[in-house]
Amino acid sequence: MSQAFKSLERARRWRVWEFVFWPLALASPWLLSGHALIINEIAIVALFAVSLDLVLGYAGIVSLGHAAFFGMGAYSAALFAKLVMPDPLVGMIFAILVSTLLGAVCSLTIMRGTDLTRLMVTLGVALILMELANKLDWLTGGADGLQGVIMGPLLGRFEFDLYGQTAAWYSLTVLLLFFLLSRRLVHSPFGATLTALRDNRLRSVAIGIPVTSRLVVIYTVAAGVAGAAGALLAQTTSFASIDVFELHRSADLMLLLVIGGTGWLYGGVTGAVVFKLMQDWIAAITPQYWTFWIGLFLVVLVLVGRDRLLRPWTWLQRGRP
Amino acid sequence: MSTTVVLSAQGLVKRFGGIVATSQVNLDLHQGARHALIGPNGAGKTTLINLLTGVLEPSEGRILLDDQDITHLAPHQRVRRGMVRTFQINQLFDSLTPLETLALTVSQHQGLGARWWQALGHNMQVTDRCQQLLEQFHLAEVMGQPTHQLAYGKRRLLEIAIALACEPRVLLLDEPVAGVPAGEREELLQTVANLPQEVSVLLIEHDMDLVFSFARRVTVLVNGAVLTEGDPDVIAADPQVKAVYLGDGGPGESDEQVALGIGAVQ
Repeated sequence: MSQAFKSLERARRWRVWEFVFWPLALASPWLLSGHALIINEIAIVALFAVSLDLVLGYAGIVSLGHAAFFGMGAYSAALFAKLVMPDPLVGMIFAILVSTLLGAVCSLTIMRGTDLTRLMVTLGVALILMELANKLDWLTGGADGLQGVIMGPLLGRFEFDLYGQTAAWYSLTVLLLFFLLSRRLVHSPFGATLTALRDNRLRSVAIGIPVTSRLVVIYTVAAGVAGAAGALLAQTTSFASIDVFELHRSADLMLLLVIGGTGWLYGGVTGAVVFKLMQDWIAAITPQYWTFWIGLFLVVLVLVGRDRLLRPWTWLQRGRP
Repeated sequence: MSTTVVLSAQGLVKRFGGIVATSQVNLDLHQGARHALIGPNGAGKTTLINLLTGVLEPSEGRILLDDQDITHLAPHQRVRRGMVRTFQINQLFDSLTPLETLALTVSQHQGLGARWWQALGHNMQVTDRCQQLLEQFHLAEVMGQPTHQLAYGKRRLLEIAIALACEPRVLLLDEPVAGVPAGEREELLQTVANLPQEVSVLLIEHDMDLVFSFARRVTVLVNGAVLTEGDPDVIAADPQVKAVYLGDGGPGESDEQVALGIGAVQ
């Protein structure tokens, strides 16, 4: 067995802390039973962030409209429950299929142009969908949101309870499944070619990587994952409103991914935990001005750098020239 | 030299608006060739490479690889058919390690690039080939370091290793020793000299030492057109070529003038 083989095997090996983290995460709705609602929210945002990381962190495609797929998943799941059948798992699969399809279509819009054009195009798609959800009120309930969604029990047995424990377990399980899938993907040759074309598109072409097909695939997959996150939100709250398509949702997502770190799957998860807890904590202290503190935190984080911020003992040392 | 023509450019013309960057270029690259393309700055060497690799589309003329017309083929499809290039300015994947870079390149070449369910390096054939390349290019001891941390000479070696990881039959080397410090130069020259015999190499180079030690055939490009083509000693003695280098030479070309003198003595 060559050194190269061993070295690559070592790089993708599961770390000890990962075996600690996931059981703890899955046990958290029970350990912190009074906080199941926020755990549910965190799991949903974390899944949404993992999806954006696949696109932004690994493939290097900037997007300000990732909420388009999240919202599509949310409305698909809610409408499916209302009009077809209330089973959450079937609804989840339906929502993933619909948002994946939307992702495949939208992937054609991100092939040309620069980062700036991509920001505008993705933002535009989300705005179009939001306006559609607003105007098609006979179907979506318009600005009032989609009312009267009743979810059936999970696996026909577990009812969604008021305290959100079932919801939190459901969301955490879906998060874990997609996390495992994404982890597989980013450590594969496919994932490596994505990183390659993020780093240097010119060279990627020169070693025979078909750039367009790679981008179509990852954008489509990420759209499906975002759709799953949206479906979780709609199913665990029995509600969908046009707010799922809003710009602030895409922007917050990018923000928390920057906080957690891009190009690292745990970045999305960490960012979601930090962002949601900060939001919750600061909002409890100063309900009107919490965005001020989030903003300040972000400015400091970016100026100081994540590594230095996490190592306070380096603050007084002189930086290397 | 075998007489099979692997790569052939026929009547290539490239115009940018009113400017003719490439003018009626005919070039045949034979099986196992060591062919150099030289010419003063602005002679159109890089444009010609871009035409051959498909970065630019020619205004006129055609390009044949193994007697098949590839004039309108996308760049990545030409790579799949065995024509690979290196870059004058390093084009590397800075956040990946040399090992990861080669592993993904070899995987892509072996048709495993779209596999998302298998781990990178899961396949022993891939890792064995990577190990071989890492050793051949003196990169084994830095294989786990991020590429952006490597010394310039190592980066230059990786630049060429990536191209070889694609198992080219035709290799276009764009100024492989450009900017390499003297201490790291020998390693690089050796690897260029040790390229597999069956690979046909087209070398674009300013360094006349390398050209005359490496090439068995030389084409001189001036103002986008082929001035002359011949064996190295014929080219070195050609008064026309001397005139181009000595006569029109700008201040930046003094090295070449000196080097060409040396080449002529050899």
